[in-house]
Amino acid sequence: MSEDISTRMGDGQRITMSAAQVKEDLVAGTKDAADRGEIPELSGAELDHLFEIIADRNRIVGVEPGEEVVLTDDLSVIRAMEDEGAGGAVGMPISRLLADLVHERALAQDSAIFEATAAINVMEIKAEIDVETQAYETASLLMTVPLLYLIAPAILWYFHPNGPYENPSDIMPQGKIKEAREASEKAADHLMNDLVFIGQRLNASGCDCLNLDTTAGGGDPEFYGALRAVQKLKETAPNMSVEMGMSSEFIIGVHGQMTFNGERLAGMFPHQQVKVAEAAGVDIFGPVVNTNCSRSFPWNLARAVTFVKETVAQANIPVHANAGMGVCGVPMRSTPPIDCVTRMAKAMAQIGKIDGL
Amino acid sequence: MPIAHGMAAGMGGIRTAGDLVMWMQLRKRMRLAEAKRYVADKLKVTPRDLADECVMRDVRHDLDIGTITSIPNSAKGMAAKCRIAELLGVEINSVNKFKEKAGLK
Repeated sequence: MSEDISTRMGDGQRITMSAAQVKEDLVAGTKDAADRGEIPELSGAELDHLFEIIADRNRIVGVEPGEEVVLTDDLSVIRAMEDEGAGGAVGMPISRLLADLVHERALAQDSAIFEATAAINVMEIKAEIDVETQAYETASLLMTVPLLYLIAPAILWYFHPNGPYENPSDIMPQGKIKEAREASEKAADHLMNDLVFIGQRLNASGCDCLNLDTTAGGGDPEFYGALRAVQKLKETAPNMSVEMGMSSEFIIGVHGQMTFNGERLAGMFPHQQVKVAEAAGVDIFGPVVNTNCSRSFPWNLARAVTFVKETVAQANIPVHANAGMGVCGVPMRSTPPIDCVTRMAKAMAQIGKIDGL
Repeated sequence: MPIAHGMAAGMGGIRTAGDLVMWMQLRKRMRLAEAKRYVADKLKVTPRDLADECVMRDVRHDLDIGTITSIPNSAKGMAAKCRIAELLGVEINSVNKFKEKAGLK
């Protein structure tokens, strides 16, 4: 049997590596995560296990019976209806309701997402809340699996040129640090109020779960606004669960001084993010680890498993690792290769000890 | 990609008991092992049975909590969710809202 192992780069390109090269990249990947996050590296036994998963000569791999995990996603509807875009969607002329029924009954998924086509703009969802809640109510009557309403709490829409507040990225280079922070604080408050409004209306329509997806893409102000919204919703809508999925592994310090539960948000890695999320009242947390397209799949997967394993260890709530294209070791392709996707799923379940994907 | 995840490590949705374990994670913040044990106890099966299509097809049919193959005169959608909430002993928001509007609560 050849010692060469067929694997891929972080952009999906097929490559061949020797066993020694794969092992070297696994060590380098876990060390990179450990150094950045100040967390433990994977043990020798875990790296050996990861090597076996990557070196498996079968096209797809899987967990052993009894090790299955729960699946959530962020694309049930968009996947079917929209164009390719970042979601790799297929553009079928199909309604949101039918897309979700296909997701439940053809793809046999454990949960489904109901989302607006304008899911990344909270203000637009707010303006169309009656349409959204009525559509959710209809879908909920026909769905058996938990139906999560997805919103990306993107704070960037609240800044110029789209929103009412000055854009920190525009005024910080001018030395207006105080003004930039004030703009971030106002935008975070505005975002929180809009999310609470939407959440309360969804709750009144019997929404089972609000899924805040790609959280903190706009840095610490976005994370702060989303966490405070969850905190308020948990007081007023305790029967509506909340899932929070992140946008990247690291909270960018756009403001730099925002804190939640006494912890500074800027600079947090996944194992720290989960603690403030659960303190806010989040029920399921979705950590993200960025894929580096210039490094190999073994390097990326070792790095992702290191971060996720520590996040799971620190958490008191279920952790569903974000496992889409370009995150947690999955190559950055709109058509993610299934050899990598299944290896990532197996590694996250068996070594990362996740509660879901 | 959801198919790849499902084949590699997924529970199987209403084909098996994936939705039931998911409800316990959502409503009680249960970790995976605890949620599986809880659901298995309620269904009187083993945790491993929860992702076994042959076992769960019959269990779901007998309990009338929704099956992936559509069966006439069986619970589907909200009807199935009403039964699931009662079986698992959890408050499901959509079920509560439906019962309130139907005058059942």
